[in-house]
Amino acid sequence: MKKIKNAHEGKGPTREQPTRAYSPARVVIPVQLHLGAPSEPCVKAGERVRLGQVVATPMGGLGLPVHASVSGTVTAIEDRIQFGGLPVRCIVIENDGLDEWVELTPLGDVETVPAESIIPAIRDAGICGMGGATFPTHAKLTIPEGKHCDTVIVNGAECETHLTSDFRLMLEQPLRIVDGLRAVMRALGVERGVIAVEDNKPEAVAALMACAEGRAGVSVVVMPTKYPQGSEKQLIKAVTDREVPAFKLPIDVHTVVVNVATAAAIADAVTLGKPLVERITTVTGCVREPGNLLLRIGTLFQDAINACGGYSQQPGKIIAGGAMTGICAPDDQVSVGKGSGGILVMNVREAKTDQEQPCIRCARCAEVCPIGLDPFLIKYYCDHEDYDGAEEHHVMECMMCGCCAYICPSRRWLTTSFRTARQVISARRREEK
Amino acid sequence: MAQEKKLRLSTAPHIHCKQSAQTIMLDVILALLPCAIIGVIYFGKNAARILVLTTLSAVFAEYFSQKVAQKPVRIRDLSAVVTGLILGLNLPPTAPWWLCVVGSVIAIVVVKQLFGGIGHNFMNPAMAARAILLTSWPVRMTSFVYPQLFSQGVDTVSFATPLQGGSATLFDLLIGNVPGCIGEVCKLAILLGAAYLLLRGVIRWYIPVCFVASYLLFARLFGADAIAGVLSGGLLFGAVFMATDYTTTPMTARGQMLFGAGCGFLVALIRSFGTYPEGVTYAILLMNVATPLIDKYVKVRMYGERGRAA
Repeated sequence: MKKIKNAHEGKGPTREQPTRAYSPARVVIPVQLHLGAPSEPCVKAGERVRLGQVVATPMGGLGLPVHASVSGTVTAIEDRIQFGGLPVRCIVIENDGLDEWVELTPLGDVETVPAESIIPAIRDAGICGMGGATFPTHAKLTIPEGKHCDTVIVNGAECETHLTSDFRLMLEQPLRIVDGLRAVMRALGVERGVIAVEDNKPEAVAALMACAEGRAGVSVVVMPTKYPQGSEKQLIKAVTDREVPAFKLPIDVHTVVVNVATAAAIADAVTLGKPLVERITTVTGCVREPGNLLLRIGTLFQDAINACGGYSQQPGKIIAGGAMTGICAPDDQVSVGKGSGGILVMNVREAKTDQEQPCIRCARCAEVCPIGLDPFLIKYYCDHEDYDGAEEHHVMECMMCGCCAYICPSRRWLTTSFRTARQVISARRREEK
Repeated sequence: MAQEKKLRLSTAPHIHCKQSAQTIMLDVILALLPCAIIGVIYFGKNAARILVLTTLSAVFAEYFSQKVAQKPVRIRDLSAVVTGLILGLNLPPTAPWWLCVVGSVIAIVVVKQLFGGIGHNFMNPAMAARAILLTSWPVRMTSFVYPQLFSQGVDTVSFATPLQGGSATLFDLLIGNVPGCIGEVCKLAILLGAAYLLLRGVIRWYIPVCFVASYLLFARLFGADAIAGVLSGGLLFGAVFMATDYTTTPMTARGQMLFGAGCGFLVALIRSFGTYPEGVTYAILLMNVATPLIDKYVKVRMYGERGRAA
C-alpha cells in the first residue's frame, strides 16, 4: 500500500513557535465538551466561580464534569451555536484575570499513588481524548470484563497537516507525558508503555527519550512519517504489529491508546489534582502571527485568532483541527474544546471546493486506502444511493481519513459521500433496534 | 465581523493533491512525444499528417458527440488527445487520410462516448478502433515501409515486418530500422516514455513488466525467439501505453500483474499459433474485457481481515 506523504504540509509556520499562554476576557464553555451525555450546569448567572471549580455535573455513565477555565463571574447560561450548527447549552464566564484556583487535592507522585485512585481522578478532572475524539478517558481505561491490556501506547504521531501543538508539548513538557503514561500503566497494571512519534519530530523524540530514561517499562518508538499514522488502528499496527478486527476496539488486541496531550492532562490530574482547563492549540493559516497557544477551554475562536494578530486575509473557511480531518466552524464565535488541537484559517481561494469529475478508474484511491477498501466502488454505490451496496463493500469500516478524496485526480468527494452513507446506515440500524 | 457570513462549510479533507485528470493526460502526451517525433523523423511528412489528423479528429469527435448527447463538453481533460495520438502512432505510415478520421471517430464515438464517456468504456478506444480498421481494411493497415531515414527512395514499396518473416538484427529492432507502425518501431523512444511515466507516478510497473516477462516465458515455451519478439511489432508500445490505460485495466496491484501476464501469454499464443503475425491488439482487448472479472476476484487484503477470519 502506498502512503500519502505530501499531505504532511503546513507545519512550517508554527513548528518553531514556543507555546504562549493566553487568557481571554471571557470564556464560553459548552456543557458538552466530550463525546457522551451533556452535563447539567450547577452554577447560576451572577455567581462567582474560581478557576477549576465544577460548573456542570455529569449526567449518566459517559458524562464528565465541566470546570471553570478562568476565575470570575458567570454572566449567562445560554444556548449558543457550536460545531454542527445545533445550539448547545453554554456557560459564559467573565474573566477577572486573577486565576484564583479552587483548592486542589494532589494525589502525589505517579509512581507511589494507589493504583485504584488514578481512574477516578481522571474522571473528576474531566479528561477526554484530546486528539480530537473527546471520548471520556476514564471509560476508555475501564477494561471490560474478560479482556486484558498488555500495552499502553501514547500517540505522539501528530500526522495531521498544519498542527504542531502535540509537537510543542512533547518538546517543552516531556516529563508530563511520561508521568501520564506511567499513571495509566499503573492504573491498568500494564508492564509495557510506548510513546510513538513520527520521524519528522526528532527533537521531540530526544526530549521524550531523556525523560523516559529509567522509567519502568517506558520506551519511545520512532515511526515513519506518513498520514494517517496517528489513526488508532494504524498506530497499533505500527507499534505492536497487531490488527484491530473490524468493528472491534483497541482493547480487543490488548492495547490502549491515549494522545500525548491527554497523557499530560492525566499527569496533572494525579500529581497536582488539577482538572483539565487548558490545552495547547495551533492557530495557523491566514493569521498574521501563526503560533501555538496555551488556551483556556471555552476561548472563542475569534479571541484565539486575535491573539495571533488577527486575520491576514479575508477568511474563507475556519477549520477546527487539521486539513485532512478537521471540522468547519460555522463562524468564529465557537469555543475551543478539549479536542481542539488546531484552528486553521483558509482564505477564500483555498476554501473553494472543486467540481466532481467522472471517475477514470486510475486506482489511486484503492492504492492509498490505509485499510484496503475499494473507495471507487463504494462511491459508485453512494452516488446511486444504494447504501446496502455501500455497506456490503465495508463503508462502515472506513475511518474517514480522507486519503482517497485527497489523491483523487477527478476530485471526487469520496470521503463526503462515505460520511453521508455511514450516517444513513447508522440511522437505519438505530431504527431497526 | 460581516465577513463571517461568507464562511464556507464543507466536510474534510479540506486540501487536495495537485494532480488532476488533465495533468495525468498531459504527462501521457509528453511521454508519447519521443515516439511521435522519432516517427515523423523516420517516416517523414505523411507520418506527421497522420498524427495531426487522428488527434484533431478525435478531439472534434469528442466535442460533437458530447454536444449531441447534451453532456458537458470535457475536451479539456485531454483524454481525446491521448486517444487520437495513440491511434495515430498505431497506424502504418502509409495510411490515407480517411483511415485516420474513420479510426478516430470509431474510437471516440463508438468505443468511448456510446458507453458513457471517460471512465466508462470497457475497451481501450484506440485499440478497439485499430482492431476494427484492421478487419475492415487489412491491406491498408499492413502496408508497412522501411523508415525513409535509413532507406531513401524506397518508401513506396510494402515490406514484410520482422514478424511477417522479414529479417532484422536486434540493433535494428532497438533503434527502429524496421517496417512498422509510426510509433512502435523505435523501442528506445518507447522506453524513454515509459521511464517518464514511471518516474511521474502516472503508471506503475506491474502491467508493462508482467506483460513482457510473461511474453518472454511463453514465447520460449512455444519455441519462438523471445528477445526479438519483445522488440518486434507493437508489444513494447502496447505494454507501456495501451495496456496501462486506467479505465480498462484492473484496480489492484495483483490484478494488474495478472492482467499484464495474461496479455503476454495471449500475444505469445497468437504469434506462435494464430494466422495473424501480430497479436498485441487482440491480446490487450481480450484482457480488457476480462478486467471486470479480475476486479471481482482479485481484492486487496483488508486491514483486520486476519482478525475477522478468526
